[in-house]
Amino acid sequence: MGAEATTGGIPGATVGRAGAGYGRLVTPRTAFQAVSERPLGFLASSWPWRSVAYLASGVLLGAATAGTLIGLLLAGALLALALIGLVAFLAVALSGIAVGRFERWRLRLVDQDPLPDPHRRPPRRGRIAWVRHRLREPATWRELGYTVVSLGALWWIDALMLGIVLGIPISLIASAFFQESTQIVPAALFIVAGLGLLPFAAYPITVWAGARAALARAILAPRDAELGAQLVEVTRSRARLVDAFDVERRRIERDLHDGAQQRLVALSMAIGLARLEVPDDSPAAKHLTAAQDEAERAHGELRELIRGVHPQVLTDRGLPASVTDLADRSPVPVVVDVELPRRLPQPVEVTAHFVVSEALTNVAKHSRAATATVSARLHVDTLVLEVRDDGVGGADLAGGTGLAGLADRVAVAGGRLLLSSPPGGPTLIRAELPCSA
Amino acid sequence: MLRIVVAEDAVLLREGIVGIVERFGHRVIASVGDAAALTTAVDHERPDVVVTDVRMPPGFTDEGLRAAVALRAAHPGLPVLVLSQYVQPTYAAELLDSGGGRGVGYLLKHRVGRVEEFMDALVRVAAGGAAVDPEVVAQLLGRRRDPLTRLTPREREVLALIAEGRSNAAIARALVVSEAAVAKHIASILVKLDLPPAPDDHRRVLAVLAFLRG
Repeated sequence: MGAEATTGGIPGATVGRAGAGYGRLVTPRTAFQAVSERPLGFLASSWPWRSVAYLASGVLLGAATAGTLIGLLLAGALLALALIGLVAFLAVALSGIAVGRFERWRLRLVDQDPLPDPHRRPPRRGRIAWVRHRLREPATWRELGYTVVSLGALWWIDALMLGIVLGIPISLIASAFFQESTQIVPAALFIVAGLGLLPFAAYPITVWAGARAALARAILAPRDAELGAQLVEVTRSRARLVDAFDVERRRIERDLHDGAQQRLVALSMAIGLARLEVPDDSPAAKHLTAAQDEAERAHGELRELIRGVHPQVLTDRGLPASVTDLADRSPVPVVVDVELPRRLPQPVEVTAHFVVSEALTNVAKHSRAATATVSARLHVDTLVLEVRDDGVGGADLAGGTGLAGLADRVAVAGGRLLLSSPPGGPTLIRAELPCSA
Repeated sequence: MLRIVVAEDAVLLREGIVGIVERFGHRVIASVGDAAALTTAVDHERPDVVVTDVRMPPGFTDEGLRAAVALRAAHPGLPVLVLSQYVQPTYAAELLDSGGGRGVGYLLKHRVGRVEEFMDALVRVAAGGAAVDPEVVAQLLGRRRDPLTRLTPREREVLALIAEGRSNAAIARALVVSEAAVAKHIASILVKLDLPPAPDDHRRVLAVLAFLRG
């Protein structure tokens, strides 16, 4: 969730994602990543050319912007008295929007992850509404800031970079053609030197293009709050889904309690009464006792099933009682240290219960631990839950255990699950769950 | 003959329980379907013993249990046998802590099918004894693993039966041994667990339960 939310804003997130197969990246996604490829691969790729194009378009954009803005500012200053000049100033203020849009578009030359538009659609139609809405958006002012920085420094550096790094080898090559035709040997040397320098030029150009792209991404990407509306909505809908599951589990528990369980008890009673009517040593008594045993076994299995679906003691008495209950059932001795000042919101209780349940199941199945401890405390309004054991460690979120599912579940509740389980142990699972309504 | 109030919201089970206790010659003076009606019935009828479900209307959580604890506070010495679809040591503890642990029972609803054992427990509770479900006892035994390793397997069986609230004679019957053998096991258990010797069956039950609850 976190990574998805910030990919737009942090270039590192992109690197991190692609870096999963670092060292044998098949296709780098940014100019920066391309530089770390094998030299021949890098030089043969399109990245140096893309970087040149990126910087060249930067120079053009810078020149055009500078010209336009200077014109607008002059017009604004001259016409300020006639009020129409204010429109020119307004245009300057909003110029960043156009620059930003163009920057985001050309960023794809050196960064294949598209940069989303930080602007939102104005609530009303019409030019005035549009202007007012844009003036209130922080993104507009960030873009203006970027434009100023771009004019003040970036495009000059682009120009210098191209001029020096490309200019030297190119002028070396070019100079060969303007020399006297008698000096063939030195002319050929100039060409060789120029061509020899060109591959080296690819590196500073690509690195600067990558750095400039990272800067553009950092400033022009939507902030979390600007993506916010969608993300909050997604989180909420996931939380709703989990709540719906919990409601459903509770309904199943109730249905089984009111239906199958009661019928089994009634069956048991009927058998018990029948058993009273026959002599102890009759064959019928033996069969009835066997039937009674079967009914009890079915009832026991149903009880276990229902406990897994929805623990009634949790609803009745809250987390301390349900954790104690889980600890009592654990084959590994468990010390329970749960002290909470109040009942917690139901989704938090249910999530916490299943975290402890799954963690203790893992302790029993995999840890070979002699003892385990479950502790829970409320820190301000975060429930901090810890399950530790003295077992062999080596638990892994990706190990196909229920831990990954737990992490998902905790994430939906807005919390996080942390795991420390070095080989040789001990293992600590820590869940932090926000409890504010 | 005992005068009994039965509280259970499922008609099928209520009728079943009433049928069983009447079959054994006791009288059901009121059978009700929720906690409020239970309280009213007990206030008016002064029964010898109450049999109640845990989960009842209107909230379908633990109304019956709360009513039982409240009734034992309002009517000291009122014996109550609580039946539940699930048994929780927490609930057993709340019941045992009410009224000094005298005349209290907590069983899986299901045990009613073992008619004779159920009636045995009911009579025991009505007489001021205790009846704790074997499943609760098993969970409690799990809590005190360390000290219990000092016991032999046979002694542990005897301990579990004591914790369920059974008398020496009942334990002897259950294990098919002589009462003298049971007495010997009990003496050994009390020494090993550092519990005071108690001549009275019930006091011993409470001591063992207190020990197991830690």
